[in-house]
Amino acid sequence: MYNFDFVKPATVDEALAALAEEDALPLSGGQTLIPAMKQRLNAPSRLVSLLGIDALKGVCPGEGGVTIGGATAHAVVAREAAAVYPALAALAGGIGDPAVRNRGTIGGSLANNDPAACYPAAVLASGAVIVTDRREIAADSFFQGMFTTDLEEGEIITAVKFPIPEAAHYLKFEQPASRFALTGVVVAKFAEGVRVAVTGASEDGVFRWSEAEAALSDSFRPEALEGLSVPAEGMISDLHGSGAYRAHLVKVLTGRAVQAC
Amino acid sequence: MPKDGIGASTKRREDIRFLTGRGRYTDDINLPHQAHVHFLRADVAHARINGIDTAMAAGMPGVIRIFTAADFAGVGGLPCGWQVTDREGQPMQEPKHPVLAEGKIRHVGEIVAAVVAETLEQARDAAEAIALDLEDLPAVIDMKAACEAGAVKVHDDLSSNLCYSWGFVEDNREAVDQAIAEAAHVTTLELVNNRLVANPMEPRVALGDYAFHDDSSTLYTTSQNPHVIRLLMGAFVLGIPEHKLRVVAPDVGGGFGTKIFHYAEEAFVTFAAKELKQPVKWTSTRSEAFISDAHGRDHVTKVELALDADNNFTALRCLTYANMGAYLSTFAPSVPTWLHGTLLAGNYRTPLIYTNVRAVFTNTVPVDAYRGAGRPEATFQLERVVDKAARELGVDPAELRRQNFIRKDQFPYATPVAVEYDTGDYEATLDTCLGLADYAGFAARAEASRARGKLRGIGLSHYIEACGIAPSNLVGQLGARAGLYESATVRVNATGGIVVMTGSHSHGQGHETSFPQVVADMIGIDASQVEIVHGDTANTPMGMGTYGSRSIAVGGSAMVRATEKIIAKAKKIAGHMLEASDEDIELKEGRFTVAGTDKSLAWGDVTLAAYVPHNYPLDQIEPGLEETAFYDPANFTYPSGCYICEVEVDPGTGKVEVCSFTAADDFGNIINPMIVEGQVQGGIGQGIGQALLEHCRYDADGQLLSASYMDYAMPRASDVPNIAVDHSCQTPCTHNPLGVKGCGEAGAIGSPPAVVNAVIDALERAGKPVAHIDMPLSPARVWAAMNS
Amino acid sequence: MKITMTVNGRPCSGEVEGRTLLVQFLRDIQGLTGTHVGCDTSQCGACTVHVDGRQVKSCTMFAAEAEGAEVTTIEGMANADGSLSVIQQAFQDHHGLQCGFCTPGMVMAAAALLKDNPRPSEAEVRAHLEGNLCRCTGYHNIVKAILAASGQAVAVAAE
Ligand SMILES: Cc1cc2nc3c(=O)[nH]c(=O)nc-3n(C[C@H](O)[C@H](O)[C@H](O)COP(=O)(O)OP(=O)(O)OC[C@H]3O[C@@H](n4cnc5c(N)ncnc54)[C@H](O)[C@@H]3O)c2cc1C
Ligand code: FES
Ligand code: FES
Repeated sequence: MYNFDFVKPATVDEALAALAEEDALPLSGGQTLIPAMKQRLNAPSRLVSLLGIDALKGVCPGEGGVTIGGATAHAVVAREAAAVYPALAALAGGIGDPAVRNRGTIGGSLANNDPAACYPAAVLASGAVIVTDRREIAADSFFQGMFTTDLEEGEIITAVKFPIPEAAHYLKFEQPASRFALTGVVVAKFAEGVRVAVTGASEDGVFRWSEAEAALSDSFRPEALEGLSVPAEGMISDLHGSGAYRAHLVKVLTGRAVQAC
Repeated sequence: MPKDGIGASTKRREDIRFLTGRGRYTDDINLPHQAHVHFLRADVAHARINGIDTAMAAGMPGVIRIFTAADFAGVGGLPCGWQVTDREGQPMQEPKHPVLAEGKIRHVGEIVAAVVAETLEQARDAAEAIALDLEDLPAVIDMKAACEAGAVKVHDDLSSNLCYSWGFVEDNREAVDQAIAEAAHVTTLELVNNRLVANPMEPRVALGDYAFHDDSSTLYTTSQNPHVIRLLMGAFVLGIPEHKLRVVAPDVGGGFGTKIFHYAEEAFVTFAAKELKQPVKWTSTRSEAFISDAHGRDHVTKVELALDADNNFTALRCLTYANMGAYLSTFAPSVPTWLHGTLLAGNYRTPLIYTNVRAVFTNTVPVDAYRGAGRPEATFQLERVVDKAARELGVDPAELRRQNFIRKDQFPYATPVAVEYDTGDYEATLDTCLGLADYAGFAARAEASRARGKLRGIGLSHYIEACGIAPSNLVGQLGARAGLYESATVRVNATGGIVVMTGSHSHGQGHETSFPQVVADMIGIDASQVEIVHGDTANTPMGMGTYGSRSIAVGGSAMVRATEKIIAKAKKIAGHMLEASDEDIELKEGRFTVAGTDKSLAWGDVTLAAYVPHNYPLDQIEPGLEETAFYDPANFTYPSGCYICEVEVDPGTGKVEVCSFTAADDFGNIINPMIVEGQVQGGIGQGIGQALLEHCRYDADGQLLSASYMDYAMPRASDVPNIAVDHSCQTPCTHNPLGVKGCGEAGAIGSPPAVVNAVIDALERAGKPVAHIDMPLSPARVWAAMNS
Repeated sequence: MKITMTVNGRPCSGEVEGRTLLVQFLRDIQGLTGTHVGCDTSQCGACTVHVDGRQVKSCTMFAAEAEGAEVTTIEGMANADGSLSVIQQAFQDHHGLQCGFCTPGMVMAAAALLKDNPRPSEAEVRAHLEGNLCRCTGYHNIVKAILAASGQAVAVAAE
């Protein structure tokens, strides 16, 4: 990989200052960035590790929700969010493998917005709020298509605020090789209605399946999905499955997630 | 029997170093002043090279030298070790396989230039500055399209993309056609044997060194057969005589066939080290491995099985397209022919068999042997078509097989495809497996699955393989350009300890443990007294290495022969010392005794005398106790067995879960059951991988789509069930001294059809019959098949 | 830049670049070649080590990130007297390795699992090995070895 300066500040302000340099990038767990850099797909001049900033770490249950620091590792969420938001904890506990979960962070995952990643579905289905060094961004406007988010250059995700649904469940159907989501669905039931977010399936990245949300908000049973279908157009088609297959999986997984709630 | 003799599950001594991080793999070796090479590899599948401008790159920091094909003008191509003769009696088309691409790029991953620099990153930086002037050409990827008239040619100087069209047995062809025309029933199946990447966990590494003082070269490499590499590279590529060339394959992290072959990178580092007078090292990344290790399988086959009105097999006809890739890798031509066509009788009495194999050049990575090599492809088509026939005829697949088995009393059995099976008892393995898998109790398990919303199926396969390759004179007639004997030198030290230097190579098979068991057993000493040396041409006799389940059957036999010579000589010494005739000397439990007396000597007394020959028959025998034997097998060995797989299919997603897997193998005699079971389980893990997960796929432009573990699905711990293995059925091999048959490939050969048959069974039982699904049976494919 | 960490209980320092990976620091600078590299996409787990008691892929962590950390590699897993630890011994007893290339990573993963979950079920063992590929064993004996190391009864290797 290309060489770069490595810095590891202790505060967000220092990190922001360090990121002001041209082509500087934040580094969290490195579980996405390092493999990409090995392929020389990325040539940052400087990496600013966020893992030395204690303020970015931790799982804090609060009123009606839970706030997770941007640099909190998946394994920590899996452990510490289990009591407050079990579906989220289970999702975090199913990302990658134990070693990946010990390093990879929620902030890195959201900033990367891989179309097959798990967290984006949870954030979108929960209607979470992404907190950065400069603002708060609603989930509905954060994700802007594959590998694209509303983040500005040098902007750091400092935390994610999750409201806690009455019931929720994530089902990941694994891509056989990478074990990311070939299709994954989070169903979250709130008093105000049901939200359904789908990852892995669409060429536009994570999305909400609004027809299912409406139907499930009326009747929170798998049968409510009968008659609905997801169009195959716009779904990812690759060597692991056609668009039609993914569209089919969206419905199957949504039904099963409702069942499991 | 000493406690660690033949038949004991002795724990592996090599494990100690592997478990403590003290293994010594090739990448662990670094030499002073070592330079690093980065290969600039083609990122297009087919292009004419009009120019390579290295001027800018050559001036970059740390760059020592940049090599292109021009530097290899005086050097040979990578040789192919097997010549196949086509249906017309003509030799196959054999293009040059250059070390670095010459004139044209023929596959993604081919080496276009090589940058040697002080550090690897410097070499990579410089490679980015090399400017290639390429003229893109359309890629030929699909084998059938490649065979059409007017297809773009991979090699301009060949008449077509057809390497050969092989007919076997040509004399049977008309009779087979006729039998099929007249059959009561013909089952036809078209199938693909999916292209795979062997993926030993250790990527390939090559480190070349050159010694000024004696003008000798050393290559450290991740090879299954260092002597073969020395011969091929020295004699055919670089023109270095064997006595100036040493090849060392230290601990090797798995091979599975793909580390048999002589690769361009090996020749390059050896050549460059001599040119630059400095060690040159290359360590493959996994990404490079995907586009430079020889791939495996990749057959497209049509198979027809004819049966008479009583369900007896009357004829088998096959047509196979076999992908060679862009060049002929070391043993590529032999895989779809002699290692494949000769196995098409399987376990059955089918009297008439004909296969036509068309080997095709395409703009893809070369394809060669991968665990099983030709035999899995033969077994897959046969066991799938037999299964399909059983379904079409409404008979139990196990019983249709049983009915057509070669019976126990028919051995030795000459098949219509040129091989003679020495021993076997197929009903025994079938019945053992049916019992262990509780075949009879399947219905209840299927019911329990149904209650959970899953579709359960059971599938079986019965395989035969030809291992222990091979009689040299026979393979010579078949086109092999090498002998396939094995060698061993047994060196007994003065104080009685033994070093066995073997031409076999262990890269996971546990020779360091199992080979001493044999020698210790023969002499009656403790196995800890025997040490195995392998993997270095400097201190082992010329041997052919490890592949084709040949180590114990051929290498082990060589070791037995050498040990027999040792024992014979030691008895002479003992006879002299005990003042008896050597015919009267018995060796038991490490003691030489004069038969019928209590006069005896310990093993160590005699070995010491061999080296301190004071009281010694110097007029009759030389001092010392060291013997070498080369063993050339009289026939192949024929392990066989029955595999049963149970699966559950998720009807909503098409996902297949392997619930249980049972294997009953006949490997003849067994030296170390623990190691044998491990080999079978590992092979079955790979077979399940082939059946359900693994697929090396190219797009129409010749880009590899499954170019990393992100897209090439490797089996993981949660994909493989516990595997029940049984080896109680033993019909010893009749023609080697140990009666062993070999076990290394069985698992990979027998398992894919069992898995696929189980899935087909599950769908049929669920009322969604499908004739066939091509491997890998990924969720998407199974779902599509269920819903078509 | 100069970094310092404790490796297998011993203080270690070395000169690295920003891009130097922990595995390169261990193998190339410290000469601890027991930690292997089997892929470049962070999936095979041959490079697994423990950093501050937690299992990580040393190919997917910069050496500089381990500044001041306690690192354990396969070379640090044997008992103080050099004999095999319980997990290592179980791998030998149950033939949980063949070529040995994945083995260091498997042992490190197993040790991390058993620390958190001293008596895992078979399914938990298999799930924990999600990020550790073995091409040789079919996993059967690895799983068996880990269960045995946890003190749970498993059938012994073939007699
Ligand atoms: C083997 C393997 C399996 C995996 N499986 C899954 C899976 O099943 N599901 C899944 O969802 N993911 C999976 N991942 C990805 C994993 O979850 C990553 O941890 C995650 O995508 C990135 O997090 P990170 O902290 O490692 O980010 P990094 O790799 O450090 O950074 C990723 C990107 O985000 C930027 N960034 C990092 N932190 C911040 C921040 N706080 N604010 C703004 N920008 C930031 C970086 O500059 C970089 O561009 C897997 C990864 C691996 C290696
Ligand atoms: S080397 Fe493969 S995961 Fe680290
Ligand atoms: S023992 Fe060879 S890869 Fe696991």
